[in-house]
Amino acid sequence: MAATSWWRRLAGLLGGLLAAGGARAVALPDDVAEAMVHVYNGGGVTASGPALLLRKSLSDRVSLSGSYYVDMVSNASIDVVTTASPYKETRNAYGLGMNYVERSSLITLAVASSKEPDYLANAVNLDVAQDVFGGMTTVNLGFTRGADKVGKHGTPGYFDTADHWRYRLGVTQILTPDWLLTANAEAISDYGYLGSPYRVALVYGAAVPERVPRTRTSRAFQLRAVGDLGEHNIVRGVYRYFWDTWSITAHTAELSYSRYIGESWQADAFVRYHAQQGASFYSDNATSETTYVTRNRQLSTFTDGGVGALVAYTAARVPGSYAVTINGSVEALRFKYSDFTDIRTGKLYGFDALLAQLLVSVTF
Amino acid sequence: MRTSSRAALVAAVALPALLSGCAIEPWVKPYERERLADPIMNLQRSTLIGQHREHVYDVREASRGATGVQGSGCGCN
Repeated sequence: MAATSWWRRLAGLLGGLLAAGGARAVALPDDVAEAMVHVYNGGGVTASGPALLLRKSLSDRVSLSGSYYVDMVSNASIDVVTTASPYKETRNAYGLGMNYVERSSLITLAVASSKEPDYLANAVNLDVAQDVFGGMTTVNLGFTRGADKVGKHGTPGYFDTADHWRYRLGVTQILTPDWLLTANAEAISDYGYLGSPYRVALVYGAAVPERVPRTRTSRAFQLRAVGDLGEHNIVRGVYRYFWDTWSITAHTAELSYSRYIGESWQADAFVRYHAQQGASFYSDNATSETTYVTRNRQLSTFTDGGVGALVAYTAARVPGSYAVTINGSVEALRFKYSDFTDIRTGKLYGFDALLAQLLVSVTF
Repeated sequence: MRTSSRAALVAAVALPALLSGCAIEPWVKPYERERLADPIMNLQRSTLIGQHREHVYDVREASRGATGVQGSGCGCN
């Protein structure tokens, strides 16, 4: 009964939004073909591989997209070298999407699947973007349903599942002829196996399998502003606040600056900072027995920062026909943990990492 | 149930009217949005670069969501 009422309310809201025609119709995203090579190296982990994206309109109202992404991971991280053996594995991810424009609405339906030897993740996404207020405001509503299967090396099949529900709401507002502001909110609920079958926690110095709750609900709120300071000197600012039922809170901020250089070049420079307070059941070395305990440093208290640059070169452009752009991006990262000890040295752990992407993009 | 149906009806009618801005005229006219339409103003870099960057952070930080980027799941924890 409650579910029926909820769906009716959502249908009423969506129907109302779809019926509210703006003065400017939303447009399909550009037809594009992208090929990328990516590499991440840091903390004993190297992940690299290719990625492809193709999006093509079938008419002025419908476009289809497909993507393929490969992560070849060589893992000799501190967790692995202190409790297990380094390993290599490959993750393949596929995505299919459809965009549909109806008056001032852009409706996107997408499915995604990610497969690695011990984990299978499937997700369905539905997003609606609606222009209102003479095209000055865009309202976004989105929903994702994910269903994962969790396995373990050496054990055939999967031993557990994890389900995910994501609800998104966003508003983008034109403030002035030079400034845009976006506010996004997202609620995520998870149920199932949310830990790792390989990870161990320390209790009184003894290694025990980690014990993580089977439920988690999180909320995140983000503000983004982008503006033109004049003559295409573009600045962006992003801030996100995050909190969840595991008592984790986090602040993430990013600033960037972009500009054209001559006719064919574009350059971005950016800095990013993240700080988080760890989960209530995280412990570097627990001194009491508790229902839940983990030594997953992703759930610990730490900060990380990054500084990077992106350069784009337009190699060919025929207005109204096609454009070929080559993008190169490099980012240096540093992670610094407040309560995760390197048990080999007894000192707090930290590491540097490098992230790089090379992408060729053809719009047509 | 009747109350919630009525509330849904009111929301369906009132919210779009509110969002359409019956009372306030759009103050940035379409012909004034040329700079905003320039690709350099995009909040997100290319789709693939944006998704990959989000993925790198998602598997190393505890926070997630509200980035405006759709991602696929993985067992990268």
